[in-house]
Order: sequence, then structure tokens, then C-alpha cells
Amino acid sequence: MTHQHGLECKDLIHHLNDYIDGELDNELCGKIEAHIETCPNCKVVVNTLKKTIQLYQDDGESVTLPLEARHRLFEALDLDEDADLKE
Amino acid sequence: MSELNNTETLNLEALRKKDKHAFALLVDQNSDHIYRLALRLMGSTQDAEDVVQETFIKAYKNLDKFEGRSKVSTWLYRIATNEALMMLRKRKDGITHIDEGVETNDGEIMPIQIVDWCCLPEKEIMTDETRQMLKEAAMQLSTANRAAFLLRDVEGLSTQEAAATLDISESALKVRLMRARMQLREVLSEYFANRMAKEDL
Repeated sequence: MTHQHGLECKDLIHHLNDYIDGELDNELCGKIEAHIETCPNCKVVVNTLKKTIQLYQDDGESVTLPLEARHRLFEALDLDEDADLKE
Repeated sequence: MSELNNTETLNLEALRKKDKHAFALLVDQNSDHIYRLALRLMGSTQDAEDVVQETFIKAYKNLDKFEGRSKVSTWLYRIATNEALMMLRKRKDGITHIDEGVETNDGEIMPIQIVDWCCLPEKEIMTDETRQMLKEAAMQLSTANRAAFLLRDVEGLSTQEAAATLDISESALKVRLMRARMQLREVLSEYFANRMAKEDL
């Protein structure tokens, strides 16, 4: 779909990665934002893409090395398990 | 997120001399992140633990060669990623990847699913079932695309750091990242669309 600001959906897809990562120059970024405001489908794609990344980040935050695994790791590395090292 | 827990500064000189206390500190400051990357790359806790052990064993052996030009965390990510990819290559587990299907002839990835699931309440989104689905969706990516996504988006490395970790160009990293992101978005959109229809959310 072409819009009055001259940017098509396929152009948005082409620049989507850089847009999400904030790596576009101001002019192109402005055009993309104008496009998103007038194109409901692209708006959904951008928002769900951002949300996809955010869900993986949120999910990752809950992962820590289990204590038993840390114990085995220190044993394998022949290191002292100083209780003060890990709060 | 790219900065690991750094409450106590690592003593690089002591590390190069293979000082055990300095190394224990390095392990504790980085093991959660390396474990998370390994778990998401390998898909099982046992394999992740193996990758973590091999990573720190190799790091210890090569401490005297660490020049400090990159961050210690980036150096460890590189060792861990190589270790995990090597294990996966040896295994060739026959998993079918979802790398096809959304790519056009000129190499662009076109979205298929247009469902707005962002409006779902947070507590409806992140359930145990969702976490399981996230894991399975990531495991369906090719290992190359999965590694790019995990390093850049989950571990928070810059494009440059993630590319260096995988020993590929920044443009190659961006291509892999785009494929991974778009493919995961497709899987998640389909999943949430089904859930919205089923639960009438």
C-alpha cells in the first residue's frame, strides 16, 4: 500500500530491523512513523515485533544458573565455593 | 543488559596469572548469562550445563591469552557460542526449521499474521504455557539465526559485538536477526490468535 508520505509497506519491512533498533536517520524514521500512523497492518506488525522481542527479554530475566549446577561447575573448575561470592 | 553484574571489578592482571579467587569472581559474575544463552541455544538444562562447564574450562586455559580488547563478557559469549554450535553440529538432530515460508524472492521477509495481540493484559500473556511456547519457537529457528537473535536481543549485545561473537559481518548478522525476529513474530502471532479465539479474550 502506498501512502501520501511516499513510503510503501515493503519499504517499511525493508527498514524494520534498523527502525526497531533505533539505527535510522531522523528523516527516514519520521517517514516510517508517519506510515505506521496511517497503515493499521504495519502498525500491528511493528507493535507485535517489538512485543515478541520484549517477551523473550522478560522470559530471559528469570533464568539463572541453578545452585546445584553452580556447585558442579565450581567442582569441575577446582574452585572454592566461597559463600560470599554469590549473594 | 549488555553489562553483566560488575559489583566487584575484575582484576585482569590476576586473571592472566590464573589467580583462582579472581577466576571464581569472573565465574560468578558471568555464569547466569552464559547459562541463559546456552539454555536457549541448546534447549535443555543438561546440555546448557555442559556448555557452561566447557566454556569456563576453556576460558581458564586461555586466560593468559585474553588481551582485554573486548569485554570479558563478550569473550565468554564467544567461547560459549562456539561450544554450543559445535555440540549442535555434531548432533545434527534432524529438527525441522521454520526458515522457509515468509521470505520473498528478493530476500525480504514479509509478514503473514496480522493479529494485534499486544493489547492482551500482561498476566494473560506471560503464562507457563507462553514460556514453553517461546522456548519451542526459538528452537525451531536455525541455529545460526537463533544465535544471532539470542546474542543481540536477549543478551543485549550490540550489532558489532554480536557479529564479532559469531565471526560474521554486521550485515550478515542483521540478515539473520531479521529472519529470526520475523519468524518468531509469526509463531507468536499465530499462538496468541488461537488463544484469543479459544478464550474469547
